[in-house]
Amino acid sequence: MALLKTIKAIGKYFYDIYDGVTSLARGMKVTGSYFLKPSSIVTQKYPENRATLKMFDNFKGELMLIHDENNKHSCNVCNTCARRCPNGSIEIIYKKVEGADGRTKKVLDKYVYHLETCSFCGLCVPSCDEFALKFDEEFEHAVFDRGKLTKVLNKPGSSSKATKE
Amino acid sequence: MYDFTPFIESITSYLNENLSPFWAGLISMVLLGVGILLFYAVLGLYLVYAERKICARMQNRMGPNRVGPGGIFQTIADLIKLLLKELIYIRNADSLLFNIAPFIVIVASIMAIGAIPFAKGLQAVDLNIGVLYILAISSMGVIGILIAGWASNSKYSVIGAMRSGAQVISYELSVGLALLGIITFAGSMQFSEIIASQEDGWWIFKGHIPAMIAFVIFLIAGTAETNRGPFDLAEAESELTAGFHTEYSGIKFAFFFLAEYMNMFIIAAVATTLWLGGWLPFHLFRWGAFNTVMDFIPPVFWFFGKAAFVIYLMMWFKWTFPRLRIDQLLALEWKYLLPINLMNLILIAFLTLMKWHF
Repeated sequence: MALLKTIKAIGKYFYDIYDGVTSLARGMKVTGSYFLKPSSIVTQKYPENRATLKMFDNFKGELMLIHDENNKHSCNVCNTCARRCPNGSIEIIYKKVEGADGRTKKVLDKYVYHLETCSFCGLCVPSCDEFALKFDEEFEHAVFDRGKLTKVLNKPGSSSKATKE
Repeated sequence: MYDFTPFIESITSYLNENLSPFWAGLISMVLLGVGILLFYAVLGLYLVYAERKICARMQNRMGPNRVGPGGIFQTIADLIKLLLKELIYIRNADSLLFNIAPFIVIVASIMAIGAIPFAKGLQAVDLNIGVLYILAISSMGVIGILIAGWASNSKYSVIGAMRSGAQVISYELSVGLALLGIITFAGSMQFSEIIASQEDGWWIFKGHIPAMIAFVIFLIAGTAETNRGPFDLAEAESELTAGFHTEYSGIKFAFFFLAEYMNMFIIAAVATTLWLGGWLPFHLFRWGAFNTVMDFIPPVFWFFGKAAFVIYLMMWFKWTFPRLRIDQLLALEWKYLLPINLMNLILIAFLTLMKWHF
């Protein structure tokens, strides 16, 4: 039995060498093929390809209020997004107008978005019952003045779909 | 063709005709020293660039591509940055040893360059024990690493240095025994004679399988001796920040960095000279026309082409294999490389005795 054990141990020794060499060769094949194939490069030259740069779906650039072709958005000033925002980056300023039926209604005046405190968590987008929000593909946020990071998302002259004039 | 001996001799005789022997000797020494230092700096910088490019391609990246076309001036910009950086003085560090350590590392590798034959006649000194000289000098570098680790007064540094010491002492054996195989084949330790013995074929082909085994073992052990690739425990950045050069900054750090790359070049140059025929062109048996075409390529290109191939292999290892643990490292040397190497050496001695090599 002792002899059998010794033979087994010797066999294992050489098998280990064989196994190690083949598994290392497999690894070298992978990196070697990457080295030879320029098409396998996944990084891009950013400022050069700026014109053709396409961001992927669900990319979180800047928050935007969706406006349709009639310059209407669907915000009904429920304030859910502002309350859901962990950083308080959303401020909704509204005014009260008297509707046709004589009841006062809240109407969006300014949808203020503080990009400088936004952490791009994206909680505001699904929280909106009216599907009024989404993230766009803009990612070049650098500006020379901090004031420029505070943005008003509703376009001038826009109105809400919910409000009936 | 392409013999550098007359060129070197004409310079020496010109100096001797116009100056006293003392000044002639001094000026030729200075010329040689400046030449080797320039070669060292330029080659070191471009090895760093090559490594960054090759590793980028293996990781599906582009690598440096901003400074100059394809980023070829990137490492020069890095060097200028390192030259301008502050040399931070470490409190409680042994300041003499701390400052001397990078120089020991770099001097060891500069001295090894002197014995390497780049082409016929293009060799600073052709020692009759050239291989032994390179072995002895290149293993001096580890003293610099140990001193650097000890003098830094830092835990990371001293652990890195001790690992490096254990590693180099172990792998020195394998390097020596692998070289001994080719020394047995060639019957000489002089680089010019080893190259002359390969006129009719490189040892990796002439020496059958034992020479190939010795080549592979030399590559593994050489990679370990330069503290790089899968054997970079001495500076394992995930555990030891940067190992023995954690506390170094500016140009002293650059010295360690440059020395690592030049040690890799020295290992590649020795592998080239002993196994791949040094600066000899590639000849096929009895293919007269093919051999003549190969002869037209200058030996310097042959040497650097082969060395680049070996360096590429070592970079390939580094960017493919995961780092070994210290026990795995020592087990690989003492349980696998050393016994195989010893058996291989006996086989080589037998082949040489029976004259079974070509």
